[in-house]
Parts: sequence; C-alpha cells; structure tokens
Amino acid sequence: MMKELMKDPLSLIVIGVAGQGNVVTSFLICDALVNQGFLVTFGQSYPPQQRGGPVINYIRVSKSIQASPIIPEGRADVIVAMEPVEAMRMLSQYGNPDVLTMVNPRPIQAIDTTGQGIKYPSLDKLMEDITALSAKTWVIQATEEAAKLGNPIMANVVLVGALVGSGVLPLNREAMEAVLAERFPKALESNMKALDRGIELVKQHA
Amino acid sequence: MPDIDIDAPGKTMMLMGNEAIARGALEAGVGFIASYPGTPSSEILPALAEVAERRNLYAEWSINEMVALMNAAAAATAGIRAMATMKQNGTNVALDFMATLASNGLRGGAGLILVNADDPGRRNSPNEQDTRGVAKMLDIPLLEPGDFQEAKDMTRWLFELSEELDSLVMLRTVAKISHTRGNVTLGELMPNERPAHFPLFPRPQAGSINLHARAHEKLDRAKKQFETAPFNRYLGPDEPELLVITCGASFLHAMEAVRILELQDRVGVLKLGTIWPLPEALVEKHLGKTRQVLFVEEVHPFVEQSVMELAASLGPTGPRPVFYGKRSGHLPPYGELNPDEVIKPLAEIMDLTYQSRDPGYAAQVQAASSQEVIVRLGTLCPGCPHRASYWAIHRALQLDGREGFATADNGCMSAGYGPGGFFVAKIGGAMGGGAGLADGYGKLKRFGFDQPVIGGLGDSTFYHAGIPALLNGVWNQSNFTLVVYDNSATAMTGFQPHPGVGMTAMGVQGKAVPIEDICRAFGIRVEICDPFELEKTTGVMLDVVRDEGHGPRVVIMRHECELQRARRESAPYRVWVNPDKCLGESCGCDRLCVRIFRCPGLRWNAETGKSEIDEVICCGCGLCTDICPQGAIEKAPAAKGVAS
Repeated sequence: MMKELMKDPLSLIVIGVAGQGNVVTSFLICDALVNQGFLVTFGQSYPPQQRGGPVINYIRVSKSIQASPIIPEGRADVIVAMEPVEAMRMLSQYGNPDVLTMVNPRPIQAIDTTGQGIKYPSLDKLMEDITALSAKTWVIQATEEAAKLGNPIMANVVLVGALVGSGVLPLNREAMEAVLAERFPKALESNMKALDRGIELVKQHA
Repeated sequence: MPDIDIDAPGKTMMLMGNEAIARGALEAGVGFIASYPGTPSSEILPALAEVAERRNLYAEWSINEMVALMNAAAAATAGIRAMATMKQNGTNVALDFMATLASNGLRGGAGLILVNADDPGRRNSPNEQDTRGVAKMLDIPLLEPGDFQEAKDMTRWLFELSEELDSLVMLRTVAKISHTRGNVTLGELMPNERPAHFPLFPRPQAGSINLHARAHEKLDRAKKQFETAPFNRYLGPDEPELLVITCGASFLHAMEAVRILELQDRVGVLKLGTIWPLPEALVEKHLGKTRQVLFVEEVHPFVEQSVMELAASLGPTGPRPVFYGKRSGHLPPYGELNPDEVIKPLAEIMDLTYQSRDPGYAAQVQAASSQEVIVRLGTLCPGCPHRASYWAIHRALQLDGREGFATADNGCMSAGYGPGGFFVAKIGGAMGGGAGLADGYGKLKRFGFDQPVIGGLGDSTFYHAGIPALLNGVWNQSNFTLVVYDNSATAMTGFQPHPGVGMTAMGVQGKAVPIEDICRAFGIRVEICDPFELEKTTGVMLDVVRDEGHGPRVVIMRHECELQRARRESAPYRVWVNPDKCLGESCGCDRLCVRIFRCPGLRWNAETGKSEIDEVICCGCGLCTDICPQGAIEKAPAAKGVAS
C-alpha cells in the first residue's frame, strides 16, 4: 500500500555548493521513494565548472505522473539547503508562503571571482529572513554534527536523517537503511550514525 | 544501485536516461559499443563496460568519436549489434565517416545505432547545437525519447529498425533526459549469441551508382513504420482548442504547463518520438482536429518546420491551423526550455493570466534575496593541478612581457578563460583547437606578429585531435609552445582512462602510449613539469616560450587530478594560515591568495582581516603554501590513510 504524499506532485529541492555532496543526498531520497512505488523525476542544474558554484537538484514525486525535471517558479514544497545563502537563492526563485525549509547554517564563502571582494551577508539576518519566508524552518547544524561524528562531508546524510525525521516525505528509517546498505555497503555503520543523528536533531527541533 | 543487467523483467528502477539507453541495448542483445567521453553522453559506455564480461559484449573508450563509429560499423557489418555513443561535438567529429555509412548501409549486417546527446543551453559544452539536422542532412531515421522508459524502449526498438532498413539509425537525446533520472520498468534481457563474420558478398557498388537514392527508399519505409510507432502519443480531448506538438524533454515541460494551467480538457498534446522522417499521416490527422498549434521543442524549429512544410503541401483544402512557436516568437530558437517557458506562451494563446506565486511574497523574497544572495561562480576544484599550471603560465607570460596568451581546450581546461585560470586563455573551441589555433598563430611572424603563443590541450584531447595539429606545426615549423595538461584522467566527464594511462574501458591493461614518447618521436624539445613545483615550472615555461626559431616545443604539466587522487587516499597535508605571519590588509600582496589565486579552500575573514583555510573545503594539497609572499600559509604532513 503506497503511502500518501502531502501534495502530488511533491516538489523538493536539494541545494548545495558543488562538492558538498548534495547529489548523493538526492540519490538516497530518490532511491527510497522509487522503492516505495512512487514515480520520481530527479533533475539537476549545475554550472560547467567543478567547484564553488551552486548545484540544484530537483526531485518530483508523484503517484501517477512522471513530472518535469525542473520545478516551475514559486512551486517548491520542500527546500533542503546545505548552505544558508543557497536556501535564500532557492526561496527567491521557488519559494512560496507554504514552503518548508530545512537548512544547514554553515556558510561557505564564495570565491572572489571579481577581485572586488564578496561580502557574505550577516548570518543572523539571513536566517531570520529564511524563517520569515518559510511556512516552517528547521535549522540543522549538519556540518557541525557530522564533524563530531568524524567527517564533515557526512553533513549530507545528517540532513537526510533530519528530512526523514521531519515526516515531510513518506519515508522512514528502515527505507533509508535499505538504500544506504545498497549504496554504501562498506560504510553502512557510519552512515547510519549520521542518519540517526539527523533524525534526533529534527525531533529536538520540534 | 544494482547493475543495469539485473535479470528482473517487470522490476521498476530509477535510472538515468543514459543508463536506460544502456539497458535498452542489453535488452536488444547488443554486442559491441564504442564511445569517447562527452557530457551529457558519458554514462552509457561505462554502464555497459561494467557488465561486458558476463554479457558477452565488447565495450571500449575509443581515441575519438569517428574511430568509435568506425569500430561500431565494423562490428555491425560483421553481424554484431553495435552502438556508438557521443555528445554533439563528437557527432561533428564522426560526421565524415557517418555520411558515407549513411549511404552505403550495413551490407545486410546487424543493427547499428548512433546515440547523440545534445546539450541545449550548453551547460557542459563549448557550443549549443541541435544535431537533429544531421539526420535530415544524411537521410537517416532519427528518434528522440520523451522520458526515461522511452529511452530504454526506443533503444531496443531501434536495433530492429536498423536491421530491417539495413541503415544506420540515430537516437538523439538531450541533457534533461540523458542526465535526469526517472522510473524505468525493465524488460527481458537478450543474450548476444551472434557469431561475427564478414560476408564477402554483396560486392560494394562502385562507380556511377548513386546510393543516395536507396537511402530515400529506406526513409520512406521508416516513415510507414513511424505512423504506428508506440513512441508517438496523443493525450487530450478529441478536438482540442489548441494542439501542442512536442518531443524530448520538452514533452515533460509541456505536460507540466498544461496541468498547472488546468487545460487538460481544452489542450491536446501530441508527443512525437519519431522525429525524422515525420509521420505525416498521423500529424495530418491531428492537424485536422484543431484550429491552433503550438510547437514546444528546444533549439531549432525542427518539428515546427517539418509540420509547416507538410501543412503547406496539403493545399487549400487541407487543415489550416494557426501555428505558434519559434517563427511566431512564442518560444526562443535557442537555449534549454523549462515549464515556465511553456506556461507563458500557453497562457497567452489561451488568454489566461498566470501568477506563479503570491505577489506580496514575491516582493518580500525579492527584497531579502537582492541583499543576501551572493554571486557564486564555479572554478577549478581545490587542489586542481590546472590551477598550478595556469599560475605558472600566467607568471611566465608576465615575466616575458610581450602580451603572450594561451589557447584553451574543452573540459576542465576551459577554466583558463576565467579567473580560475587567471584569464590566460583567450581563444579555443573544438577538440584539438588549442593546438591547431596556436599552430596558426605561430606562422604570423611574417606579418609582424610577435606575441608568444601557448597552445593548450588536456591529455585526453592530445590523443583525440591534438596530434595532427602538433605534427602540422613540426612539419611547417610553426613558432609556438604546446602545453599538455596531463592530469591522467578525462576528469570533467567522469575520470575515463585514455591511451596515456593504458587502462581500457573494460578494466584491463592495454598498451600505454605516453605523450612524451609521441612528441619526442617528432624530434622536438619536450619538457615534463610537476606544476606543483611552482617556481621551477614557471622558469621552465619562460625558457621554453623564449626558445624560438626551430618550430613547436612541448611542455607536459603532469600531476594527477586531485579528485581522482582523493578517491584513493586521504589528504597529504594539513594546511593552515599562521595568523602571526599573515599581514592581512597591510600586506603588499593585496590579498593575493583570496583575490588572485582564489582556491575555494582559502577564504578571507573580514573580522580578523586575515586569510584563513576553510577546512571543510581544503583538500590538503599544500599548493597555496608556495604562493604566499610572507610564508604565512603553513603545512604539515597529515596522517596517511585510505580515502573513506
């Protein structure tokens, strides 16, 4: 029996700066959703260079249609941002009064490509604006928590855990364990730790 | 993820469009596949190479796309189902052979598919191109999948068609299908059990017989099949107020637009999968049921023009709908589409107003984001050896002082045009273009040209198309320096091996042919540098640039791709900025490390007024310790380990 979606199609954005591992985040979510019997389209938008630019992942979930790989303007239901400026970048294009936002508040500076200096905005103000522009916001210290677990790159799996724990997707811990076992058979234990930490964090948040 | 040859008919998996194409080939009993890496086509070959041994198929990375197609044609004409896969630029490279193959046919052999992946919007390409025109030019059939399931099913079907027509056939995809993932329900695998044998008859038809006539007769046969092919679908009311004719990824955007505007009962969507030749009877039938048509396709108005030509040929008693599309200015004849770009013309034609979101919210988000969303341009990865090479070239050209410049290659090397490569590269384009252009500039002295020119090639490109240009320079004694950026990988497209490495696609050791051996055989000066030895490399560059008067010189910048290294082992160094040594704003370097060198791992701390390392991004290569004039960036060997 297929679980209910809060909307159909459900439109989820996973955003990060290239190199943060948000593509893996998306793989895990998509694999789990397909295993549950949903139709999933996973599209990406990325610049040609390898590092420093934003990487947008669009995940569309439906019971009946194979949706477009790109979310139309103002139509994201959930935004998972691995970096706070990137959360705002996505809100500016895809946000709406009902959007749910999960954000890792760890800033990544932009590379100064102009030579004029790039001023990263005030983090407090940024987080305040993100919260004001979202129906609900979860602030998950994913990088910090992953570093405590031994590797900051696992921030992405912490976020997957938080997403699963938040209940916005029809996925649970078992569904994620199955896909983690498939993708990372050798590192299942450390990944499950990161996943569980994310689930805990989102529970504390509420 | 399970391998794509999982024997589970009926199972639904999430596959990338490219993986779906590979699966379709396995379900058709493919035996031979050859390719050269190029985004967005690169994943098809590895998916098949991975399972090659147990599926009795041969898979290779070829030296370039023309050789790949020749290889696949050899297999097909010897009775083995074959496929050559490439991006649009690769199809351009293969075009010469492809043109004769299109006329000659397959000598009654097995099916042969050329898979061409286009990149509308040129996110990962030197140009934007709509390769559908090639099929029309060569008079071969072309199909295009509109989703992931079709990518698989079409591939399988095309092998049958190719055999039936005795013709090369083309499968065209776009990035948003090839590189997007979606649901695919698997079919039965077909083992490759055909023996390879080349029939000595029929004899080639030489002389005055024009084989082109036969290609047209095959196209007519293809058209008959296309009229009832399962890949052309109609969704909507029997007599729609507006008919959308679409294909490829645009189909998914068009359906989204119709749903968002709630036009399912008023607008019909005709999704074509058989693009060339046009299934004319089918299209005519649908034209007769509507008074308005909107074409939704990316880049060229290819289907639009075919349909308008058909409508014109039907005469005054035929259907006469109003046509909207690129000609009418409702859609652009360039760029990648998305749902919003379809919603706009659709709403306009149907006289609807569309608001994407609450205007109050839009104003609020605009106010915040205009202040807070910083520009984030991409650059070379932390630890990238190209940054070091470009730095050495940048410095050497400054020291030389004659307005020298570099040419660029495709892939990662294109960073040379921008800040990541210190703007040293000024012109390039096409595989091997970096060498051929430099070769040309090197002959302009007689017209007063006195700037040093540094031709640029990646290592994979050197083999692909660089060798003839270099040899031309040697023969004609052109004055230039060729730099081969050898990071031992085709990194941008996913670390495919090449002849310098010797490892083949199927993971066996072939014969490695080092770049320096080839260059030395030409009898020219060859230097090999590790660009991480910055001072030494800069000195060598300056010396080689000035070593004029006896034809081209070659500098091989050899240092492994950092991403490839990091897959194998942990970081070599721990790196930090010593705050006592960093003079910050007051240093004469004017923030050299973050303003000019710009490795993503370095950042400026506005509060302390000094540079620092972002330990989450830093890969521990240690290169930046050599660029700080104060020696404030310090390193120590990190504990060695295997990458997790």
